[in-house]
Parts: sequence; structure tokens; C-alpha cells
Amino acid sequence: MLKKRIIPCLDIRDGRTVKGVNFVNIRDAGDAVELAKRYALEGADELVFLDITATVENRKTLLTLVEKVAAEINIPFTVGGGINSVADVSALIQAGADKISINSAAVKNPALIRELAGEFGSQCVVLAIDARLESDGWKVYVHGGRTPTPLYALDWAAEAERLGAGEILLTSMNHDGAKTGFALDITQAVAQQLSIPVIASGGAGRKEDFKIVFEKTEASAALAAGIFHFGEISIQEVKQYLRSQNIPVR
Amino acid sequence: MIAIIQYNAGNIRSVQNALRRLGCESIVTDVPEEIRGADKVIFPGVGEAGTAMQYLRDRGLDEVICSLRQPVLGICLGLQLMCTHSEEGDTSCLGIFDAAVRRFPPGEKVPHIGWNNFSHIGGRLLSGIPAEADCYYVHSYYAERCNDTSAVCDYILPFSAGLEKDNFFALQFHPEKSAATGEKILQNFLAL
Repeated sequence: MLKKRIIPCLDIRDGRTVKGVNFVNIRDAGDAVELAKRYALEGADELVFLDITATVENRKTLLTLVEKVAAEINIPFTVGGGINSVADVSALIQAGADKISINSAAVKNPALIRELAGEFGSQCVVLAIDARLESDGWKVYVHGGRTPTPLYALDWAAEAERLGAGEILLTSMNHDGAKTGFALDITQAVAQQLSIPVIASGGAGRKEDFKIVFEKTEASAALAAGIFHFGEISIQEVKQYLRSQNIPVR
Repeated sequence: MIAIIQYNAGNIRSVQNALRRLGCESIVTDVPEEIRGADKVIFPGVGEAGTAMQYLRDRGLDEVICSLRQPVLGICLGLQLMCTHSEEGDTSCLGIFDAAVRRFPPGEKVPHIGWNNFSHIGGRLLSGIPAEADCYYVHSYYAERCNDTSAVCDYILPFSAGLEKDNFFALQFHPEKSAATGEKILQNFLAL
């Protein structure tokens, strides 16, 4: 049976892991490679590294960090942040990334999704969506949540699937860092409509939040950052709990 | 020396990294003599079947792979290319294993991404791996079951998670990304 995945996300700035609340108030959470190794040993199913300053400062994700991570850990990992082209992705894959995630660049140029899927395969292309609930529905934000777009999250996710994305990483900006649980309605809306896997992100605070997102939505995976980095809850605790609740985990 | 076949499919570096973590050095090469002269050969890959086969044919590597007598391990796309034919790009493959590669029908999320277990049917590579052990899969196409099937994974339908015939071994999942279970399987291969 396919297991539900628990994915720690490491927001990276200058090779360090950082975490903010609602995309601001950033705190340092330690050396990225050490944290990655710890998570792999603790039973993380995958890792996501997001270079949170890359897009804004027009900086490329740190390839050296990717090389170090690839040498050290024995589980898959995704790298995102500041990816604009086939050449960017090629460099990351060469450095050892298993998948890449794109966000702002895909909104600006949706054909990039098709180009990357054609070059590297859909399984390599994760479309990250930062969504925020507004009066007229869930809208897509870019540039690390700083810039609104006219796109609706559900429409954009469906378009990305059509263009060849292999997975959707869906973050609720309203829930991110708030530790009040995942955004169930938009996660389920996207997961139900699409045939590719959806990773729920933003809002994990308690182990129960993971149970709820897997019971109430068809999300394939759940991503969290802050609660794992600061030792509030361990990945083993989350998995043991999910197992006791009959949710299949590794 | 272990030779990892270099071709236009990603993820080759991660196989080399995994071997290095097990204390085993390897070379990544598309030179036929180096591949033929290796003690063992790994044929990895993530990518598209048609372009990958074209690349192999252009360099004569299709014939090299089929003629190898030392242990050969195909991983993911490598497994699929060792079958007869793939629906991906309507591609004629190497025909080492008597199985066709098909796209998953609708039913669950595709690609099949994540950790799944398999039932071990036979063969040497997966001996000693418990049935509940999970390995990491990421694929949209699958190899049908056939006489060479050594392990079956059930996702949407039962398919070949492992294939084994003479000196040829293949895995649909990624042992190099499958934590401790994957390391045990790679050690089994290195010990053949």
C-alpha cells in the first residue's frame, strides 16, 4: 500500500535553515545539511529545500548545498527557489536533486512547466503554489508570498497538471506558521480535481493536524517546517500516532 | 569496479552517492570498453523512454548492455528499458525481460510517487528484505508481470517491482533513495 508521506521543509537562506510566521519574522533554525541528516534518520519520507531569498534577490539556489545534501542523505529531496529555466534545473539535477519545485517563474511563463516536464520528466517537476484566501476565493501569490496575482489556486493547479507538472505543493499562506491545522477546503478541492499528487502545506501544529488532513482530504503528503525544526514534535511521534490511527505511513 | 551507465537520464549522481555511502567507488561512463570491463554494471535513470533509447542506440550502448555477462542492475527507467516495449513514446526497448511497459490506467494518483512495499516472489537480489519494508517509487509507467518477475508491487494494479533473469536484475523503485532498506538491497547487489 502506498504510504502517506511526511515531508519536512527546510527554508534556506545563505545555507542556513530559517523559518518565519506568515512568510515574515524569520528565525534561524540551524545548519541545513545537519538538519537534513537528522530528518532522514528520524524517518522523513522526503525533504524539500526552498531557497526563500532566491527569487526576491534574483539569486540561484546554492548548488553546493545541494551537492552536500545529495552526498549525505538516502531519501529523495526537492529543491526550489529562484528556478527560471531548463539550465537552472539541469544544474540542480546534476548536483543531485531528485525533483525541483517552481513557483513564480511558472506563473510568469506557464510554458516552462511543459518545457521542464519534456526535458526531465513530469516526476521531476513540482509546482509550488502559495495560496491566500481572499473575499473572492483562494488566489495565487508569487515572489515568496509578496505579490498577488489574478489567478485562482484551483484553476492554476489544473493548468499546471495539464502542462505536465508531476506534483502540486500547495501552501496556504493564511495557515502557514499559525499551527492551527492545514487548509482543508482548498487542499481537498485541488486533490479531488487533479490526478497528480498534492502535498498539503502550511499550518501543521499538532500531530492531530496530520491525521485530519489525511482523513479529510486526498492529499498524498503533508509538509511542515517549524514544528520539526524547533523540536516541538518529532517525525517519529507524528508517524507513530498516524499508524495508531490506521493511516498508512512508512 | 562498478560502472554506472551514463546517458541522458537524471539521477545518475544519486546512485554514485549511494554506492559511496556504502564504501564502494564507481565510475559513470558511456564508453563501451569501460562498461564491458566493469565487475558490475548499474543502469539507472529517470526520464523519458523514447529519448533515452535513442541516446543508447546512437552510441551502440543498446547492444553493449544486452551482451553483458556480469551482474547488471537496472533502476526505474533502466528497468523499463530492459523490457520489450514501452507505451511511453511507443518505444522498442532492449527486450531482456519478457514484459511490456504500460501507462498506469486511471484509478489513483499518477505518477505513483512515494513509499510502497512489495511481495517478494523469488530471485537473489531481494532475499532477506521483509515484506513490510517500503521503498521509494516515482513513475507513471509500469512493467507488466512476467516469468522474470521477482517482486510485485500493488498500485492501481499488480506490476513488476523487481525483475531477474540470469545476470540481469532490475528494480522499479529507487534503492539509492530508499533509506536503510535500499542500502540493504544495494549491498545484496554488490555481494552477488
